[in-house]
Amino acid sequence: MKALRNIVDKIKPHFEKGGKLEMFHSTFDAFETFLFVPNKVTNKGSHIRDAIDMKRTMIIVMMALMPALLFGMWNVGYQNALATYGPTDFWSVFLYGVVKVVPIIIVSYIVGLSIEFAFAQIRKHEVNEGFLVTGMLIPLIVPVDIPLWMVALATAFTVIIGKEVFGGTGMNIFNPALLARAFLFFAYPSHMSGDYVWVSGLTKGEGIVDGFSGATPLAHAAAYQIDKIPSSWDMFLGIIPGSIGETSTLAILLGAIILIFTGIGSWKIITSTVAGGLVMGLIFNAFAVNPFMEIPAWQHLIMGGFAFGAVFMATDPVTASQTERGKWIYGFLIGILAVLVRVVNPAYPEGMMLSILLMNAFAPLIDHYVIQANIKKRQKRAVKVAQTS
Amino acid sequence: MPNVYKIRKGLNIPIKGEAEKVFTRAEQAEAYAVKPIDFPNITPKLSVKEGDRIKAGSPIFFDKYHPEIVFTSPVSGEVHLIKRGEQRRILEIIITPDMEQEYEDFGTADPKSLSRDEVVEKILKSGLWPTLKQRPYSIVANPKDTPKAIHISTFDTAPLAPDIDFSVKDEFEAFQTGIDALSKLTNGIIHLNVNADYPPSNVICKAKGVQINKFSGPHPAGNVGVQIHHIDPINKGDIVWVVNPLDIIIIGRLFIKGIYDATKVIALAGSEVLKPRYFIVKTGASIKNIVKDNLAQSPDKLRFISGNVLTGNKISENGFLGFYDNMITVIPEGNHYEFMGWANPGFGKFSMSHSFFSWLAPWKKYKVHTNFNGGERAYVITGQYEKVLPMDIFPVHLIKAILAKDIDKMENLGIYEVAEEDFALCEYVCTSKTEVQSIIREGIDLMIKELG
Repeated sequence: MKALRNIVDKIKPHFEKGGKLEMFHSTFDAFETFLFVPNKVTNKGSHIRDAIDMKRTMIIVMMALMPALLFGMWNVGYQNALATYGPTDFWSVFLYGVVKVVPIIIVSYIVGLSIEFAFAQIRKHEVNEGFLVTGMLIPLIVPVDIPLWMVALATAFTVIIGKEVFGGTGMNIFNPALLARAFLFFAYPSHMSGDYVWVSGLTKGEGIVDGFSGATPLAHAAAYQIDKIPSSWDMFLGIIPGSIGETSTLAILLGAIILIFTGIGSWKIITSTVAGGLVMGLIFNAFAVNPFMEIPAWQHLIMGGFAFGAVFMATDPVTASQTERGKWIYGFLIGILAVLVRVVNPAYPEGMMLSILLMNAFAPLIDHYVIQANIKKRQKRAVKVAQTS
Repeated sequence: MPNVYKIRKGLNIPIKGEAEKVFTRAEQAEAYAVKPIDFPNITPKLSVKEGDRIKAGSPIFFDKYHPEIVFTSPVSGEVHLIKRGEQRRILEIIITPDMEQEYEDFGTADPKSLSRDEVVEKILKSGLWPTLKQRPYSIVANPKDTPKAIHISTFDTAPLAPDIDFSVKDEFEAFQTGIDALSKLTNGIIHLNVNADYPPSNVICKAKGVQINKFSGPHPAGNVGVQIHHIDPINKGDIVWVVNPLDIIIIGRLFIKGIYDATKVIALAGSEVLKPRYFIVKTGASIKNIVKDNLAQSPDKLRFISGNVLTGNKISENGFLGFYDNMITVIPEGNHYEFMGWANPGFGKFSMSHSFFSWLAPWKKYKVHTNFNGGERAYVITGQYEKVLPMDIFPVHLIKAILAKDIDKMENLGIYEVAEEDFALCEYVCTSKTEVQSIIREGIDLMIKELG
């Protein structure tokens, strides 16, 4: 790698201040640090630093997303095959999915990263790694037949309006990937909801198997067609229509294990979100007046985007509660609200996105009260000591 | 029986190169130094010039704002050099020692028979006052204050830290005399905080006139700030003092022998030391003769630290032991590039997180270097500091209050209870590579400036 390092060292001066390519400094820096961990050493404070950095953190999240992505690709092809009498062998199904999904990923990365690089250059910052994950999350939470220009537009919207206007990575209020989805949902509802968008090829309406329904399990439940809900096993494995990466609870669970074990995702948020969903489901079970309310509480966890949201969206550390106690409350309320919106709102059968975005807005408030409690405790202690002495 | 305070949060960083429990009496060093930069919040005024002859215990400089606090020479000899930095700031006063040591005579006395003022005066005159530090703020104590209590941590949990029980084992008399002297300084309790995980040395557990508190757990359980937080947290207006056990022995000797005898046992540790072990040296000694011929690599590839790897000061291979430091650590510098470091499986990289495969070998010890291991970023990851800060404090919010210079908020969030060393592990684990310790010191300086 010495040779590569020499090349980098050779071209580096052009990108430094005063060099002819100075305007690409941030871009160069991003690629340089991608290739080589910098040689910067500690100067004050602790002489040694943990091996982890933002790049490693984001790479771990990416790895946690891989099972959901790979399964999603397969499922895109499989659902299409089911709908169109297509071949169902593994490779043709998987390749179909790859062809459908990879362009969405590429568009999301190209658009998002170019905006990030530009902003980093204007602000004279290093490029933040956050978008590596956002850029992968966006494709995983959209329907597969979404036009690519919509992906580009939503990505641009979320990076600029959702993140950069607040000051960039670490400063944003709303989860960028969910914001992109919310943007699409409200701007182009016909591409984001209904029974025909979730399975690739269904919208064209040709050669479709008679009686094939592209509706998601949640849509069936909302329409009280309980008998049409796939088996729990299919929902757990993810062989159901839905957004690209959200269908397989099993794949998401693998991701959750990686996130929790490495310590990068908050197990508190994941656990409390699941708990909130179960509690709300049980409450509905107890007061059930319609078939949707009668759905066993645990089934909410394997339907729709609940699992994906709990593991990959609610845990975004920037937009979640930042205090440990706050994380319990934050996650629990997400679970409650997600199931509440699902069951009670007749217009839209999925509540996960909206409930996470809503709790993103409330997370600072939760933190505020948690911290106030600490401050009050400290003040009380001081008063008590002052009285006794 | 005293309680055991169980500390659950924290981290022991497994570093190679622990000192072997063997004493070596180091030869007299070629030079000794007193470093004003060891003492935060002190404005030094010199009382010697280059070429002056001094004895051990002769004043070298004093604090401009508290002229009674003097800093004295650990050895007799000649003031060789006054080393200055930017804006003529005094960095080091270097003394060439005599072959035969002469000591200023401060007179022997039994501290129990002296009044508080007499004890204070003796400690001030001998230059040992700076061994007493006050909390809040972790600065040299003010002789005009009477502290609510005195806290002594008798064990050090920092990486590769010396076993203080071993360092003090032959010093029972001096230690007890030092405690007796301290007991004159406060009307409150002298807390002797010991490690509950193994039986402490007799020197410590047989000490009289103290309350023994037991602590167990990973670093920073040995930090006195953490201990105070659990025993009796500092409120606004409280003042407690803290002192290091090795310095108590030096105070004890002052009363027994009437001299400033700066001899102490320190550890030389770190992966790059060929024979890490304990040395008997004097405060301020040049490390040259103890590291010479004892290094695994050429010195320009090494980081020499007076103190431990988390909180110590960077010194050169000819540098000097700091006033408060009980160890010298030598680790490799990390000034090299690493190809695709973020993709490395990381069997040889230690991390608190399990994001490197080093978690497969929890027993392993590592050669750690001084590389940042990444670039500085905005705060993204949360809950990391909380895992290594065993205090009921919101670390990130306190840091943000400091950055915003919001005095009220800093006070509310517990600035009085912390010192930078308590946040050293936060700095170590930070994914965003934030300079946490400097920020905490900035906050403390701001508090001193605004509230006096």
